[in-house]
Amino acid sequence: MVPLSAYVAVSAVLFIIGLLGVMIRRNFIIVLMSVEIMLNAANINLVAFSYYLESMAGQLVALFIIAIAAGEAAIGLAIIIVVFRGKISTNVDEMNLLKW
Amino acid sequence: MVVVFFTYFALASIIAAGLTVALKHPVHCGLALLALLVHVSGLFILLNAEFIWAMQVIAYAGAILVLYLFVLMLMNLKTDDRYFHASYLYFLAPAAIGSLYVLFLLIRSPFGGAKGDATTVAILENGDTYAVGIKMFSDYLLQFEIVGVFLLGAVIGAIVLAKTPKPIDKEYKA
Repeated sequence: MVPLSAYVAVSAVLFIIGLLGVMIRRNFIIVLMSVEIMLNAANINLVAFSYYLESMAGQLVALFIIAIAAGEAAIGLAIIIVVFRGKISTNVDEMNLLKW
Repeated sequence: MVVVFFTYFALASIIAAGLTVALKHPVHCGLALLALLVHVSGLFILLNAEFIWAMQVIAYAGAILVLYLFVLMLMNLKTDDRYFHASYLYFLAPAAIGSLYVLFLLIRSPFGGAKGDATTVAILENGDTYAVGIKMFSDYLLQFEIVGVFLLGAVIGAIVLAKTPKPIDKEYKA
């Protein structure tokens, strides 16, 4: 029997890796992929708690998170295409148009 | 037996996540992300959540990842030599120390709490898909509709953003 804390530990490690990816990578697409890693870590957490606390709510919220991740990927990649059309770069350091 | 599978899926997903962040070529990162998604879906199977497993494989690995790979190949990116931020070492050490502390706290925690009504026996009686469907279309109907409207907005926004802009001087000719 695997304890709940093992699932939560895996989820925490994945979340930290995703957070690191958002902070240290320079390619915008890889940054979005790291956001997907973090969303997956949250999903593991929700489903594990749903199993151990015997409630369906966690699985439903995990489904909504998957739907929202799909929307986020579509919008993020559309923004990347718009930026790439103008600047021929996906480097996050060069996207400073909105910087004050 | 469950412990063996859990160890495999957990280690493989952590390694795949590390590769996603650390690999140089963006397409390789996408393939490592695919490995991560498949192994995380294995964890869902161990937790009796077959419907979430199916959604993970269909929506994540089937739709979202293909979208990423399409955009990567559409742009035909060149990888630059310095693909990390210059100051990434400043982030690594605090992240390692912080995550070790969080892990220490998590492993000590008992995680008690009020239990719901969806026991393993009750779920296995009719299957996980049945349980999710009954719950989603009774108690969570409003959230379901909100997510539907959100997805419609995302689709419209993506089309508007990615459309080729018209040249401006065409209107003056007419």
